[in-house]
Amino acid sequence: MIPFRYQHANDIADAVALAGRLNDAQFIAGGTSQVDLLKEGVQRPTVLIDIFRIGLSEITDLQGGGLSIGANVRNSTASDHPAIRERYTAIAEALHAGASQQIRNMASMAGNLLQRTRCPYLRDPAQRCNKRDPGSGCAAVEGFNRMHAIFGQTDEGAQSQRTCIAVHPSDMAVAMAAHEAVIVIHSSTGERRIAFEDLHRLPEHDPSRDTNLACDDLIVAIELPAFNGTSHYLKVRDRASYAYALVSCATAVEMDGDRIASARVALGSVAHKPWRLFAAEALLQGERPSEELFRRAAEAGLEGARTYSMNGYKPDLARVLVARALSETTGLTPLQGPAGTAFAASVGGIAGVIEES
Amino acid sequence: MSFTESALKLFHLGEGPPDRSKRFAAIGRDLPRVDGRAKVTGTATYAAEWPVENLVHGAVIDSEIARGTVRSIDDSVALAAPGVLAVVTHENAPRLASYPKKGAGFPLTGEGGLGEVRQPLQDPTIYYGAQSIAVIVAETSEQARFAANLVKVEYDVQPPELDMDAASWTTRPTEFSGGEALQRGDESVEKALEGAPVRLEREYENPIYHHNPIEILASIACWEQRGGKDRLLLYDTTRSVDMLRDVVCHSFGLPLDCVHIVSKFIGGAFGSKAWTYHNPLLVALAAKVAGRPLRLEWRRQQVWSIGGHRPAQRHRLRIGAEPDGHMRALHHWTRQHSSMISGYTEYGSRMTKMMYAVPELGFTNELAHLNLPSPSVMRGPGFLTGGWALETALDELASELSIDPIELRLRNYAEIDPDTGLPFSNKHLRDCYDRGKERFGWDARHAKPSTQRIGRDLVGYGMASAMHPAAQQEASATVTLHADGTATARSATHELGNGSYTVFRQIAADGVALPIERVTFDLGDTTFPKAPPTHGSITTATVGPAVLDAATDAIAKLKDLASKDRASPLHGAKAERIEARAGRLHLFGDPATGEDYGTILRRAGVQEVTGKADVKPGLERMRYAFYSFGAVFAEVRVDSDTGVVRVARLCGVYDCGRLINPRTARSQLMGGMIFGLGAALTEETIFDPVNGLPVTRNLADYHVPACADTPDITIEVLNIPDPHIGELGAHGVGEMGTNGVPPAIGNAIFNATGHRLRSLPYTPDKLIKAYRHG
Ligand SMILES: Cc1cc2nc3c(=O)[nH]c(=O)nc-3n(C[C@H](O)[C@H](O)[C@H](O)COP(=O)(O)OP(=O)(O)OC[C@H]3O[C@@H](n4cnc5c(N)ncnc54)[C@H](O)[C@@H]3O)c2cc1C
Ligand code: SF4
Repeated sequence: MIPFRYQHANDIADAVALAGRLNDAQFIAGGTSQVDLLKEGVQRPTVLIDIFRIGLSEITDLQGGGLSIGANVRNSTASDHPAIRERYTAIAEALHAGASQQIRNMASMAGNLLQRTRCPYLRDPAQRCNKRDPGSGCAAVEGFNRMHAIFGQTDEGAQSQRTCIAVHPSDMAVAMAAHEAVIVIHSSTGERRIAFEDLHRLPEHDPSRDTNLACDDLIVAIELPAFNGTSHYLKVRDRASYAYALVSCATAVEMDGDRIASARVALGSVAHKPWRLFAAEALLQGERPSEELFRRAAEAGLEGARTYSMNGYKPDLARVLVARALSETTGLTPLQGPAGTAFAASVGGIAGVIEES
Repeated sequence: MSFTESALKLFHLGEGPPDRSKRFAAIGRDLPRVDGRAKVTGTATYAAEWPVENLVHGAVIDSEIARGTVRSIDDSVALAAPGVLAVVTHENAPRLASYPKKGAGFPLTGEGGLGEVRQPLQDPTIYYGAQSIAVIVAETSEQARFAANLVKVEYDVQPPELDMDAASWTTRPTEFSGGEALQRGDESVEKALEGAPVRLEREYENPIYHHNPIEILASIACWEQRGGKDRLLLYDTTRSVDMLRDVVCHSFGLPLDCVHIVSKFIGGAFGSKAWTYHNPLLVALAAKVAGRPLRLEWRRQQVWSIGGHRPAQRHRLRIGAEPDGHMRALHHWTRQHSSMISGYTEYGSRMTKMMYAVPELGFTNELAHLNLPSPSVMRGPGFLTGGWALETALDELASELSIDPIELRLRNYAEIDPDTGLPFSNKHLRDCYDRGKERFGWDARHAKPSTQRIGRDLVGYGMASAMHPAAQQEASATVTLHADGTATARSATHELGNGSYTVFRQIAADGVALPIERVTFDLGDTTFPKAPPTHGSITTATVGPAVLDAATDAIAKLKDLASKDRASPLHGAKAERIEARAGRLHLFGDPATGEDYGTILRRAGVQEVTGKADVKPGLERMRYAFYSFGAVFAEVRVDSDTGVVRVARLCGVYDCGRLINPRTARSQLMGGMIFGLGAALTEETIFDPVNGLPVTRNLADYHVPACADTPDITIEVLNIPDPHIGELGAHGVGEMGTNGVPPAIGNAIFNATGHRLRSLPYTPDKLIKAYRHG
């Protein structure tokens, strides 16, 4: 760990001003992502600005039926909030299926979106990693890449300074992508809103940047647009609880009679950002739900996937998840557990004999 | 009704058959662990927690390459950092004697030896990634850790060897740990295999596993000069105080009485925290340079390279059988890796050599030396992975021949140990199969794979046999009776979660005929009577008899005092005529004629009397083969599209001698089964295939099973004392539970899906691949 100064911000303006004034300042909210990375010497701020005392912890209804979630709302508060559970079910499910209860109790909504990739090479300063040390190369391409990207990655070889095949690890972000959340930001230039799609970015020429935020951009809230449909999240992982996704899928479907008015489908752990399947979405619009349709949508969505030595399973798994999530969302097949809980989201459920009703 | 039958009537743990020996009151009782409260309230003192004055702290720098040499270390910036007192490297560390050849009688060096044959900080050679190359000593651990970032190391890099199959240095070690043969087989095995009407040949592979106990490696080293001699007091996480003392004395050239090692509580070990690794020596070295007591706690990230691991293995099983399933020949080939500085050999055929009555048996254990860290024993060494390969192959044979898997095992049941030709001391494996079959409901299994479904899940049942050697070693103990009517027992064994404080207190209490509340047991100190490392599940069977005999000796001495004392009502009575009961000595059949222990001691003018015992296994070891056995059953649910596996039920029935304490034994067995479940489904360590550095470095990436992975577990123990293992009749249970779980789960996955996975762990990607390719 590299020594740094630690400072509380008093309010939004203070936080933004501090971040703009001080070189290499970083925010810390719950710290569950930040502290690990500080200890590993991956994050090297000179000042850590604690924003956990500036409020931003309300969940409020928006005019027109949407919901605004403060940046500092705890993950555990959001996951159990009735409005989120009922109207934005995928988000509640994604939260419940992520991390552990202790971590969710500390973790903030903004921090969750901005957590860094779990690519193990990022966390070991002895390894080449363009994301941590730009220009050092990417050890994952020829190394351990079982968890890595199949879409949108930059791969110009292990030595290239542009290469990065990491995936974004957040579960909640995938559900937010399907709900087309809007990010509310304060910075030295005032307040602005950006589409969820524009929050995270692909590695492109600069893998060191995860998002399109500037260093004094403070997320103050996440706004969820009104939604009159059903959303759902499915996650497959190596362990039944407390593990990042191998692949996950969020769906948000609005119906018009017996036809799909709009469907949004996003995959997690397949790209440097939550990965919307626009081709699949286009195919679904205006159609009647059917298993066959969902399989075709999954096929279309997975076109163009590019795999590595260890992650060849991902397209197959993603196809299954897309079709299954759509089928469960539209009621063709029942959920595995109560909507809005980890039991609905966790593929395979938990060990033991569960009462079969 | 036979003894076995009566035992079986009372199969539940804690309700074992009534003890024949009247002497046992505390032994066999279901008692809570005596150190439980201390542990959960934080008053149990672990190695890093001893209050030591004037303490300084260390942080270790790891090599960033896996093979080569350290060309230069620039510590100038680090030395100028706040609080930094010293940077200890191979350039300035005191010299140590070369690594000892033996420790506690075990070979440490050579092919098949147990140790990492390298003294720390003696030379610039890098043998594996993240090797400890320097220690920063500072006033606080934060200062030390920060300064560790400031040291600039330059290397001469060589390409590491990382591929087991392409290794340039491979060997076939002759003996495991100086005892068990690692190679066997000749023409006749090959002939029998060739000539068999049914032949099966299969390959299996398992990954590297790490122990990952909660408590990380740690030591505090305190040097002092007394009586003109250097003396070392070392608090360490070791599960072998005596053996570590030997290694420290040898390395620093000190007499035995100048080194004192203390290890009162260990937060789990599972085979790590071995005596054979350099970590305590490194701390002692750095403390010497610092000239002050030094504490060093390793980081979790560092134990992936310096704490030992179970090596990856490839197994090839070849079976020659009759169409009715009788095996005629069996050969088990294993290749595994070790480091460039260790001959540790994970013994793949350890179960294969003794489990079934096969006339022609052979095995080969090959070692490939790589630029990976040194492996070590890990709970169930050889059995867990080699046994998995064997028991999977048997399931494959059963399915090829359409024979029920239990029936196949019964047809090949070994009445005598095929390895030594000796009868087993106490084998009731048939009862384990029977009980398991009944309790698990084996009859509901569909013999045809992939025919049972619940919703999207395929359902499968699987089983496997399990075994573990019931080994014993030499140990000593003392038991002291005090005039206040209490007793203290001592032996230099260890508490690593195995329940030592509890079971040895029970044994001592029965030995001196006192209620358990009046007896204490102390351990983990080189000034106590000698005990072996806590390994190989030997502890109860090894230290138990020493404690019991020492207690018996204390009572004998007390009887002697009483019988020689004119004032005693027992004056002149022969020892055989005196009985010890509830803190009193009295004449047999005449409780009124006697007196309590305190009265005898006080009248004799002494505060206490101490009994001693040194025990070792005897000739019975040449007459019988000592093993524990078990049968393990699993039901799995496998998602037919995503390949996600969940274990619905696990059941283990064990035959492992007398239980000293059903509760601690059950914890051990259950912990072992969950350990096996982790190996089967979730755990795996990755080293980078290009540069050899550990890639899995934290517990977010190394998946030990969570509660959600763990079903209800049914455990039944036959609780039949081994008549050939002394009065206690106990075997160890520490590792037993791990065995059999991975194959039972894998066999259940086959039964569920019709896909045979031959690579651990059974993660979803492997089933997805199988689904795709059929
Ligand atoms: C062992 C473990 C397992 C986990 N498993 C999962 C999992 O399965 N699924 C999953 O989705 N997540 C998982 N997580 C990640 C967890 O969800 C995140 O660590 C957490 O959500 C981060 O929130 P935080 O408030 O603690 O963020 P912090 O650590 O405080 O901050 C994270 C980042 O966000 C920035 N930041 C925080 N707030 C703001 C703001 N308002 N504006 C601008 N920048 C801001 C910080 O500067 C920092 O860069 C796991 C974490 C751990 C440690
Ligand atoms: S994939 Fe990205 S994060 Fe991982 S090593 Fe490569 S550059 Fe670093």
